[in-house]
Amino acid sequence: MSAVSETGEITAPMPRGGVTQSVRDSLVVAQRNLIRMARIPEILLFGLIQPVMFVVLFTYVFGGSISIGGSTDPQLYKEFLMAGIFAQTVTFATAGAGAGIADDMHKGLIDRFRSLPMARGAVLTGRTLADLVQTTLTIIVLAGVALLVGWRAHENIGKVICGFLLLLLLGYAFSWIGALIGLSVRTPEAATSGGLIWLFPLTFISNAFVPVTGMPSFLQHVAEWNPFSATVAGARELFGNKMPNVPQSVTGAWPMEHPILASVIWSVIIIAVFRTLAVRKYRQSAA
Amino acid sequence: MPGAIYAEGLVKHFGDVKALDGVDLDVPEGTVLGLLGPNGAGKTTAVRCLTTLLTPTSGKAVVAGIDVVKDPDAVRRSIGLSGQFAAVDEYLTGRENLQMVGRLYQMSAKAAKTRAAELLERFNLADAADRPSKTYSGGMRRRLDLAAALVVSPPVMFMDEPTTGLDPRNRQALWEVIKELVGGGTTLLLTTQYLEEADHLAHDICVIDHGRVIARGTSDELKARTGGERVEVVVQDRELIPVAEEVLASYAKSTSGHTVEQHTRKITVPVTGGAKLLAEVIRELDARGVEIDDIGLRRPTLDDVFISLTGHAAEEADGNQPDNEEQV
Repeated sequence: MSAVSETGEITAPMPRGGVTQSVRDSLVVAQRNLIRMARIPEILLFGLIQPVMFVVLFTYVFGGSISIGGSTDPQLYKEFLMAGIFAQTVTFATAGAGAGIADDMHKGLIDRFRSLPMARGAVLTGRTLADLVQTTLTIIVLAGVALLVGWRAHENIGKVICGFLLLLLLGYAFSWIGALIGLSVRTPEAATSGGLIWLFPLTFISNAFVPVTGMPSFLQHVAEWNPFSATVAGARELFGNKMPNVPQSVTGAWPMEHPILASVIWSVIIIAVFRTLAVRKYRQSAA
Repeated sequence: MPGAIYAEGLVKHFGDVKALDGVDLDVPEGTVLGLLGPNGAGKTTAVRCLTTLLTPTSGKAVVAGIDVVKDPDAVRRSIGLSGQFAAVDEYLTGRENLQMVGRLYQMSAKAAKTRAAELLERFNLADAADRPSKTYSGGMRRRLDLAAALVVSPPVMFMDEPTTGLDPRNRQALWEVIKELVGGGTTLLLTTQYLEEADHLAHDICVIDHGRVIARGTSDELKARTGGERVEVVVQDRELIPVAEEVLASYAKSTSGHTVEQHTRKITVPVTGGAKLLAEVIRELDARGVEIDDIGLRRPTLDDVFISLTGHAAEEADGNQPDNEEQV
């Protein structure tokens, strides 16, 4: 081993503080997570299997049997379904963020970060930003598959892009829930399952896969106030996939009457609440 | 004037568990303090409080002249931490890891790059610099972790069990690095379960158990405190261990500090009287029909210090202590 000489005495520069430092540190951490992502491409690949499977299964297995506003035309169901599957896919970012952060805790990396003079929320922001990149790639591939099986958007490209942005915003919001889960559990495995289990009821008790018209009245209320439903309805509207014979709202819930706005509001609330909780937890976290 | 690392009445509770129960430390600048104790003694909690990772329940801690509770950010700029695990990202290369840490110490991209190259060279990792660190051996990962702790030449370093899990050769190599580092004027607090390691590296040693400092001093002072020499006998026939034990006990200086290792058939008791006593012991054992493989007088080691202070051996403590370190 070579000598530990004292050539080049280095002291840490004064932190700039404030927003500049937060952004800079977050980007440094995001870059680290993106390098990881590029070196473990199977994560991205496995992340695609389930949504692609859902697209294919729902389209061909259920497609001809589910009645959309009185019609069982498979083409109608495809157009109805895709926004739901896209939305479900973006929420899976939760599990990725949770498992990644739990893994960092487990390996002592969070301790290292916490002992560095870096911005408070940067480790978590960097992680969620990298997850956003991953979710974007997933959605691009998934949209390609959707087009292949016959899904079509009927609005102009600007609106369609807005639809995808609405979905990605929800995914970003959910990755903050994942961050909190990742900081709260003991093992990466727990973070993966803890990040996924509750997503199933959340995404199924909604307007994503079937119209809420067939649900019991109580569930209709839950489904229409579900933040997830607002995003699905908003994306449908922006894609031009709204079904003429499916009522906008069954219970008269406000988010269903204004789905795009409601979706943005829900996502912003989720980010504000879970980012605050997660950053606080990070500061106190005792691995 | 307080030292580079100073703690007074440091207390940390986790619910009902008193992980730290009033710890005082004072490490003069440029020296090494070995914090020695079994698992669950509170070593890691102490390091985590001093490195701003935990807020102490009460008490005062000052590192590099800065209060850790009042200005944790300023402390973070002055310390390097090498924890119990090699805290490096296994999918990043050694170079990428060091550059990331440099940038998070707020260095410019260029400065971080130069510094990373320098450290890789210094820690003999230049050849592996551009390989993901998961391909590194345990010793290489430890070196990379240590390099990451040294990115800004911190005046104060903390190492929490730096050689745990390393093979003897790598441990030796890491000791050399640590010695050179301290030779350069860095103040170091090192925790360890290996008494030999504390003996080898530390100027002063604090023995900690159940969240309290139970002894402190130089290695020699601690050994002197434990008392003089011991007789060590290896009995040939396992069956006769109790007989030999009885014989040795009659020559023992005190009733404490007796150990019997069944698997090696080794019995140790503290004595006074030197070689003359040894001859008597041999005669008496012979008279009682106990054949021996080996007998000798030996000076106390830190192991003996540990046993006499805590009532149990360092390694034994694993099982019968509440495993606080895992939780904290």
